[in-house]
Amino acid sequence: MVPLNWYLILSAAVFMIGVFGFLTRRNIIIIFMSVELMLNAVNISLVAFSHYLQDMRGQILVIFIITVAAAEAAIGFAIIIALFRNKDTVHVDEMDEMKG
Amino acid sequence: MLPELFFGYYASAIVIFSLLVVTRSNPVHSIMWMLLLFFHIAGLYLFLNAEFIAAIQVIVYAGAILVLFLFVVLLLNLREELKVKKFIGSWPAGLFIAAALLVIILSVVKSFVPGPAGKYSIEFIKQETHTKALGTLLYTDYLFPFEIASLVLLVAIIGAIVLAKRKKGN
Repeated sequence: MVPLNWYLILSAAVFMIGVFGFLTRRNIIIIFMSVELMLNAVNISLVAFSHYLQDMRGQILVIFIITVAAAEAAIGFAIIIALFRNKDTVHVDEMDEMKG
Repeated sequence: MLPELFFGYYASAIVIFSLLVVTRSNPVHSIMWMLLLFFHIAGLYLFLNAEFIAAIQVIVYAGAILVLFLFVVLLLNLREELKVKKFIGSWPAGLFIAAALLVIILSVVKSFVPGPAGKYSIEFIKQETHTKALGTLLYTDYLFPFEIASLVLLVAIIGAIVLAKRKKGN
């Protein structure tokens, strides 16, 4: 049987790749994909916990996380399209209107 | 031996695909790697006896969210995207922060002690079937959060339409 720690390490690795992408990419679409990556990493650890602790609540949480991820993607892309319409760019380092 | 091999394949595939998602300069390639990544995560869920979650993963993530990504990428200009640098100037700082977080989490994982096991053992789920066990819990103990989730989706629909709508003046 695969130990639970392996799943946690895998989840941590995927989460950190997501953090790296979120902090370093210029394209805002890839930044959104990194957020989805982080949510998926959390889902992996929740399902692993749910299996090893023999408790269903982790998988209930996963369903809610997927719901929120879908809502977040829809809102996020609406914001990206509005931004692209006004600024004609998807690069985060060119969006500096709020800089004081 | 076989479960470890199976897990090893899925874990290495997931890590490699997520690295490819983050480092490709063409967003369409990133999305294609992400599709493979989501299927492998669904395989891992099947390995963990969570078949309903695996189905949801394929339908919602691979079927709905990725198609949304693809639509938005096709709306934007890809030609100049391939010419500019893909990382911001201060990317070593981001790499350092991610590596430091990884070290912190890995040092904590060792001292994790699992709590007492619940009643949803493999035999119980096999007898009850997974979808039924999940649905019973979702529609009894978690009915109120479920309603809130539907409200979140309603807000997302309305918000997306309002935000993306073209103003009459322009």
